[in-house]
Amino acid sequence: MNMSEHSVSIRDLTLDYGNTRVLENLNLDIEQGEFIVLLGPSGCGKSTLLNCIAGLMDISDGQIHIDNRNVTWEEPKDRGIGMVFQSYALYPQMTVEKNLSFGLKVAGYKKDEIQRRVARAAEILQMEELLQRKPVELSGGQRQRVAIGRALVREAKVFLFDEPLSNLDAKLRSDLRVEIKRLHQRLKNTMIYVTHDQIEALTLANRIAIMKDGVIQQLADPHTIYNKPVNLYVAGFIGSPSMNFFQGTLQTGDETCFVTDSGTHIPTSSYQFARASSDSCSAVLGIRPEHIIAGEGARGMPFSTRVEIEIVEPMGSNTLVWTRVADQAVTFSCDSDQLLAPGQSIDIGFDPARGSLFDAESTLRL
Amino acid sequence: MTLVVNNVVPGASGRVLEGPCGPRKSQLSIARLGIYGFLIMAALFFLMPFWVMIVTSLKTLPEIREGNLFNWPSDPTFEPWIKAWFSACTGRDCNGLQPGFWNSVKITAIATVVSITIAAINGYALSFWRYRYANLVFGILVFGAFVPYQVVIYPLIITMRELGIFSTLLSIVLVHSIFGMPILTLLYRNFFASLPMEMFKAARIDGAGFWQIFFRIMIPMAVPITIVAIILQLTGIWNDFLFGTVFAGRQNMPMTVQLNNIVQTTTGVREYNVHMAATILTAAVPLIVYFISGKWFVRGIAAGAVKG
Amino acid sequence: MSQTLSAGSGRYRTRSPAKYPKPRRIRWSALMSVLGTAPMIITAIGVFVICIVYSGLLSFTDARMFPSFNFVGLDQYKRLWSTGRWIVSANNLWFFGLLSVGLSMMFGFLLAVFMDQKIRCESLLRSIFLYPFAMSLVITGLAWRWILDPSIGIQAAVRGWGFTDFTFAPLVNADTAIYGLVVGAIWNSIGVTMAIILAGLRGIDTEIWKAARIDGISAWKTYLFIVLPMMKGALFTAFVLQCVGVVRVFDIVIAMTQGGPGIATQMPAVFVIEHITNRINVALGMAAAMMMLLPVILLLALNGFIQWRMKRNRERLS
Repeated sequence: MNMSEHSVSIRDLTLDYGNTRVLENLNLDIEQGEFIVLLGPSGCGKSTLLNCIAGLMDISDGQIHIDNRNVTWEEPKDRGIGMVFQSYALYPQMTVEKNLSFGLKVAGYKKDEIQRRVARAAEILQMEELLQRKPVELSGGQRQRVAIGRALVREAKVFLFDEPLSNLDAKLRSDLRVEIKRLHQRLKNTMIYVTHDQIEALTLANRIAIMKDGVIQQLADPHTIYNKPVNLYVAGFIGSPSMNFFQGTLQTGDETCFVTDSGTHIPTSSYQFARASSDSCSAVLGIRPEHIIAGEGARGMPFSTRVEIEIVEPMGSNTLVWTRVADQAVTFSCDSDQLLAPGQSIDIGFDPARGSLFDAESTLRL
Repeated sequence: MTLVVNNVVPGASGRVLEGPCGPRKSQLSIARLGIYGFLIMAALFFLMPFWVMIVTSLKTLPEIREGNLFNWPSDPTFEPWIKAWFSACTGRDCNGLQPGFWNSVKITAIATVVSITIAAINGYALSFWRYRYANLVFGILVFGAFVPYQVVIYPLIITMRELGIFSTLLSIVLVHSIFGMPILTLLYRNFFASLPMEMFKAARIDGAGFWQIFFRIMIPMAVPITIVAIILQLTGIWNDFLFGTVFAGRQNMPMTVQLNNIVQTTTGVREYNVHMAATILTAAVPLIVYFISGKWFVRGIAAGAVKG
Repeated sequence: MSQTLSAGSGRYRTRSPAKYPKPRRIRWSALMSVLGTAPMIITAIGVFVICIVYSGLLSFTDARMFPSFNFVGLDQYKRLWSTGRWIVSANNLWFFGLLSVGLSMMFGFLLAVFMDQKIRCESLLRSIFLYPFAMSLVITGLAWRWILDPSIGIQAAVRGWGFTDFTFAPLVNADTAIYGLVVGAIWNSIGVTMAIILAGLRGIDTEIWKAARIDGISAWKTYLFIVLPMMKGALFTAFVLQCVGVVRVFDIVIAMTQGGPGIATQMPAVFVIEHITNRINVALGMAAAMMMLLPVILLLALNGFIQWRMKRNRERLS
């Protein structure tokens, strides 16, 4: 694999903050035009990684390459990046136009060039009529568009987004999400996007990097992340409502079978093992609520059982049902047209092939 | 959870290429040297008077006349300190600073307690029990924070003479309470206003009244702001000079006034070492408060500086 | 928020008492509120209204030792402005005020910016810059009086090093004594200015700095064009604090120069106190006090006007 194919390439990046190691030996290659989302809970090092790429934080070891240039020691302005911040970070006393043009003016660009770039950014983001306003006179969504515009006028190869939608309310957030996606489709720039919101990650990304404790747990496209989580952590982090987990043992023999701690047998012959496992071992079976089928279709599944409904949560588009399987709380979602009531009995079933098996000790996918 | 990225990213080993690697070379540039230079110069400027006072207070008068202002005394003596405390003269009285110190302790302790109590009630009432015209009264009070004392001193003197309390402990405590009230009330009002209204409503629903809510709920929550207020008042009242001269009278003369009288006494030889020892002694209490309180002191200033 | 919800009485006033009888407890508590704040009401009305009006009235009389109400019109003000001592005081106040506030703000800002550069020993340096503020202005005045005293201070020290012709005695000379006062005053106040401005600097969104770095704006340009305009609040606070201190300046003058040499460092605050106590000319003193109140009222009015305009602008926008 050749270096020159990557838009951004991070090699053995280590960052110490005081005595704590925030990032350790981190490697990441990002293709030209790719939309990468760094996803994780707060404190997992995702924003730190982004700041290192931007050059806003001094790294302790390793290298950063952007657009085939080693920029490890370069100033942020020379790295060919544009960045959008959570708090927008607009210069409050300047008009929108000034906000967009200030950096270019400082860099010594010609007047007509500045005008061209500002006009283009304003056109792309549809904010021509806002140019003479000051940030205080803008709504949150408008401010964030100006912040994106400030990254646009730099005509950078790589765009960095640091939780750009976290300060917005839910409605605006989904609107702007679409706008960012549209922007990416139009510009085809490399974009690195940090968020703790899995919906944003799943909807926007070409590839998602799930981070925890400064380590990338899994780097894959959203479909793989969702369906084939590489370890227990990723499986539990992605998906809402979250995955059901059964503690138990994986019995190997002529036919592999998962036995829950309470003794329920779940046949796993249809499951595609990531790696061959010879011995029986304690394991965890995860199955997503939306992969459990209730009612008529349940009996045809490799595993099915009859359960009593405990709680019904209508969500509008579907209904979330709480029940117990093998002495464990289990949720499953079903069509909102189905009329269910607590206390009612119902057949449910699932295909373990759609679920995930994890080694209980290493927490890795089996 | 030790799954390393190598498993998921293709091309795992030997990744670091030639060229810059690791942290940026730290540059101790000229600009940075300039910054430190400026800061050190400034620090010397700020330390110099105190250093001079300390070394001079430990010197004998002949050594002071030799003129080595900044030098450590060749033979340090605590004689001037003892004299400053016990027997420095103001005109005919030669009791040193000691009586002034105890006067200051009395005035500061009483006035601090009184003024903070009043201000806490004010702030609480203004935040939760606002009656008609309460804001107007508060507005006038805040205006009072900016009024030069000289404008109201004379009417206060006249009033206190009429009441027969001029030049008493009561009069100086009253004056400190009056002039401390604007800032302290502002401080407490801003603090209580930042508390959630729901808490007050919950207490009301539980049937608590004006004083119950104040003592049971508000006072325990107001500990941090009270520390700030105490620091503000301790240093402010201790350091006061004007009110001490005008209102305290000879019996209750605070330390600052007595210090000034000792230093300005023109009879006899100017005992610079005694004077400087006296000055440090007078400064000691607020300085101790300052160094103990640390960050709280800064917060006190910031709080005192906040405008309504 | 608390405006509409807080006052027990306010909530019920709008309703007709016939339909909704006022609950006893709320009236009782409202009464408690008035009683509890009685000291405040007495202070606000008694001291900051009646006393000021009383002083104002006295300034139009011929009172000398005791108050009198023999009104003489503007005579005292005319006398005041033909009194050399007062004219010197007023001029001194302006000169001293502009210089000390200006220098304090300038050095305070510089120190704050330098302290903001990830400096080692920051808290030690801050303690050093700020400790003078903990001390009385009397002490400040005395300390600098000795430092500037030709017989034991800097002049003596430098002469002791061998420069026998060295002369540095600002307080002895009527033309330079005021600069001595300025040095003492700013020694006391730079630290506070720095602390307030530094708090303002630290309050600025760190992402602004990051954005500026990505835009390639140099540090000093960021301070000048982006951060400084964002710190209007902190700068204004520091400024007001200084101005209030300047109008009241009294202790430091008494301790450092006692208004001398001659009347070279007289200040309005000293003038008023002297006329009340030693010179026994109360009416003239009150006229002077009223003149001291004037700049304060002008400043407050200006502030009120600015806030009113800002509020109007905001309303016009929304």
